[in-house]
Amino acid sequence: MKKDHFAIIGQSLPKIDAWAKVVGETKFADDLAMSRMAHGKLLRSPHPHALIKRIDTTRARALPGVYAVITGHDLPRVKFGILPVSQDEEALCVEKVRMVGDAVAAVAAVDEETAERATELIEVEYEPLRPLMSIEDSLGHPEVRIHEYGDRPNVHKAVSLQFGNLEAAFAASDLVREDVFFYEGNTHLPMEQHSAVAQWGADGKLTLWSSTQTPHYVHRLLSRILDLPQAHIRVVAAPVGGGFGGKLDPFAHEIAACKLSQLTGRPVKITLTREEVFYVHRGRHPVLMWIKTGFTKDGAITGMHFRSWLDGGAYGSYGVASTFYTGALQTVTYKIPVYKFEGARVFTNKPPCGPKRGHGTPQPRFAMECQIDKAAEQLGLDPADMRRQNLAEPFVKTANHLTVTTIGLGECIDRVVEASGWGEKRGSLPPGKGIGIACSSYITGAGTAIYWNDMPHSGVVVRADRSGLVAVLCGATDIGQGSDSILAYLVAEVLGIEPKDIRVHPADTDLTPVDLGSYSSRVTLMAGNATIQAAERLREKIFTAVARKLEVPAERLTVGERRVFVQDDPEQGVSFPEAVVLAESMFGVLAFPGSYAPPKRAGKYKGGGVGPSPCYSYSACVVEVDVDRETGEVKPTEVWIAHDVGRALNPLLVEGQVEGSIYMGLGEALMEEQVFRKGVHKFPSMLEYKSPTTLETPEIHTILVETDDPEGPFGAKEAGQGPLLPVIPAVANAVYDAVGVRIDETPITPEKVTKAMENKRKGKSARLGPERLPVFSFPEAKIVESAFGQPAENIAVRPFASAPHPQAPHPQAPHPTLSPEGRG
Amino acid sequence: MPTLLTLKINGEERDVLAPTHKTLLEVLREELNLTGTKHGCELGECGTCTILVDGLPVLSCLALPVECQGREIKTVEGMAQGGRLHPLQQAFAELGAAQCGYCTPGILLTAEALLEDIATPTRDEIKLALAGNLCRCTGYTKILDAVELAALRMKGART
Repeated sequence: MKKDHFAIIGQSLPKIDAWAKVVGETKFADDLAMSRMAHGKLLRSPHPHALIKRIDTTRARALPGVYAVITGHDLPRVKFGILPVSQDEEALCVEKVRMVGDAVAAVAAVDEETAERATELIEVEYEPLRPLMSIEDSLGHPEVRIHEYGDRPNVHKAVSLQFGNLEAAFAASDLVREDVFFYEGNTHLPMEQHSAVAQWGADGKLTLWSSTQTPHYVHRLLSRILDLPQAHIRVVAAPVGGGFGGKLDPFAHEIAACKLSQLTGRPVKITLTREEVFYVHRGRHPVLMWIKTGFTKDGAITGMHFRSWLDGGAYGSYGVASTFYTGALQTVTYKIPVYKFEGARVFTNKPPCGPKRGHGTPQPRFAMECQIDKAAEQLGLDPADMRRQNLAEPFVKTANHLTVTTIGLGECIDRVVEASGWGEKRGSLPPGKGIGIACSSYITGAGTAIYWNDMPHSGVVVRADRSGLVAVLCGATDIGQGSDSILAYLVAEVLGIEPKDIRVHPADTDLTPVDLGSYSSRVTLMAGNATIQAAERLREKIFTAVARKLEVPAERLTVGERRVFVQDDPEQGVSFPEAVVLAESMFGVLAFPGSYAPPKRAGKYKGGGVGPSPCYSYSACVVEVDVDRETGEVKPTEVWIAHDVGRALNPLLVEGQVEGSIYMGLGEALMEEQVFRKGVHKFPSMLEYKSPTTLETPEIHTILVETDDPEGPFGAKEAGQGPLLPVIPAVANAVYDAVGVRIDETPITPEKVTKAMENKRKGKSARLGPERLPVFSFPEAKIVESAFGQPAENIAVRPFASAPHPQAPHPQAPHPTLSPEGRG
Repeated sequence: MPTLLTLKINGEERDVLAPTHKTLLEVLREELNLTGTKHGCELGECGTCTILVDGLPVLSCLALPVECQGREIKTVEGMAQGGRLHPLQQAFAELGAAQCGYCTPGILLTAEALLEDIATPTRDEIKLALAGNLCRCTGYTKILDAVELAALRMKGART
């Protein structure tokens, strides 16, 4: 079904849940209240690194109004973690705390105040250990171990990958640059504080309502952590009040609420304070980077060698994936025939880092796009032209064996260059004003699951009955990005009805087929494809039944405007509810599954599972800044972004994702930092953790580019994460254009800008950034052949499609006439 | 000690028994089950819990109910009249100004106070009025667009 004309797709419709949200009806996790509900609180460690010698809960238990107090001894002694390779967390620490904020005990009481008072009555005796607060600290003190596992003392993971002959590539270059960059850590800062309500029923079955982006993974892990069969646990994701990756791990408060509910026989709610949200973190890794790239005099990249050191914090979380992601996606924007990546994640006694919007890729993108800007200047090239001339080819493999499908980056660059007036402005703006460009790409869903398996990544059931109701049941979680609405639009399009006619029931492990969760920009593509499959199966039955009634061949039927009718004789037809009655009469209950798993394209090397995706989105961004030459304050005045979204299923929602990404990128570029003093967060409050308000957010001009990708539902790719990536380097490049200083680390604060400008005035280096790298030898890389330029395989191959997918309009191999920018 | 308070909320007199140190936010959410008012920090920093008291935006996490007796309290639940959405609510829904929707109630009420004060504010005036309300999803663009659209429609309705 390659459609050129859509009824619903491509329309800027309101979200299906918008009405509930604007009247305050939406029930977030903390809005849930149940009779007899108890309130819980966690006691958290004040030490960054310490042994727990003794915990005495006697006084807390004696406090009137306290129902239960637990420590780690009350839970099964299993360690857990989101990745199978990093099982290093405890809900309540038993022997040792590894960060300020580690939970050591939990209380359930009649109200929050009593619970909090009770936590203050718990006596914990700690024996402080030497805290390790930085990468250098942790590497320099192998005798102090944060964890007993890891590739080396305090090294969670160290990896080396090489694709092709790097030395030969550098030798053949006209210019080889080595640069060092640092990207500061920052946090998600969702407006909603994490909250969970657990109810352990008298039947021994447990239900957890939680503000989680991954009810499925929480479901799996709770079973192991609580030693309860998965079949006896139900996890319901409440509507999430902002996630951005911060609600992707199983958390101590969720586990403690479950256990406390079991012990008290009451529902138990635990809502984190804002300060706790800063400490549970799992946000952007601080990453130190070294990048060596060879260029020809025309600006073509001959080869790249990239090294990253990640400050992981106290636990594994998604860190192994984060590490690989700092080296995975460099290759998908421009032609890079030879590539080497070395990365290491180091444990420190700080809150663990994990996935935040763009997971592991904004840092290397910052380094790479700033370096390209420097190289362009050295080679005397226009940075926009240089990027334009060296675009990656569509429908081929990259050096590191990623399969790329459509690429709309060329059009993206052209559109932002034109819209921003780049040609006239670059180098010609008045002093203090500057303009910068950068590009990027991001995955549309992780190509592999967190745990290896052959099951669908996304499952959907579409059901209809004689009432005319169409219900969509899917495990995906709406975190504000509008994924519930997208599923409704897709079903409406396939069945010829309106989104309003459809109810979407998401994220309930008892009722909905498994979807892996709202991460890696996967839901629109994966749940979307599964939804289309399910809806098409329903439509096929409807057509069969209506065809019999009308005595026409089913092939002549179509849908639209809430009717099923004969395509070339529209008068002849039935209403949609009548059609459902006919189908239910003929086939019985109408409930149809849809399943989606991405094509199996992981590179055949260790680490090849991180980076593959059904398809990649592309973005080009131009930022104009005004730099105060006295104070060093950088004010972004206008942003132009073009984003290749494959197809905008709802342009309004895509724009919203793009605008939100730009805003968040500007915050990371200019002000946001998650930093610590002696293990304590410097500013765990929304006032002092600076994030942009309406006053700091400039006008954003969003251009959507469509490439109709064969992998996406009706051609769609992701929009929620990719557009963040080019913003940070575009700002840094604009600052250089404005005042001639290179700020090679984020955030680009007034202090750094004034310091660099002062240095420049004194004739010193106009660069401000990291001056040295850790002493660290990476493991020797096993050299794998570069797959650069090899034809793409397995395009639009769907493991669970019973027949070749009806939507797949593309040939298996790249079309010889495709222009570099894809099918646009 | 719990105290009996009489509060006028969304045009209705409500009696509520609550300890005097409980914030208005807590009383609204926990005693009156008006959970449309959200919280993001409970320290007066994020604007999420904004409500209107006598038509002016107030951070309910910093307000005590005793101070609000005899005054008109308005929460997001009181914006729609007889099932008809306030033009701001309509515009926010239509233009995608509510993504996760968590900051939405506070922003809607702040914007309502603005439009009471300035019928057709400039974009800069809207930005200034909403500068105390953080939103992490939208980048504010669609929020500003929605306030402008609502102002336009309200002006149209008056003329």
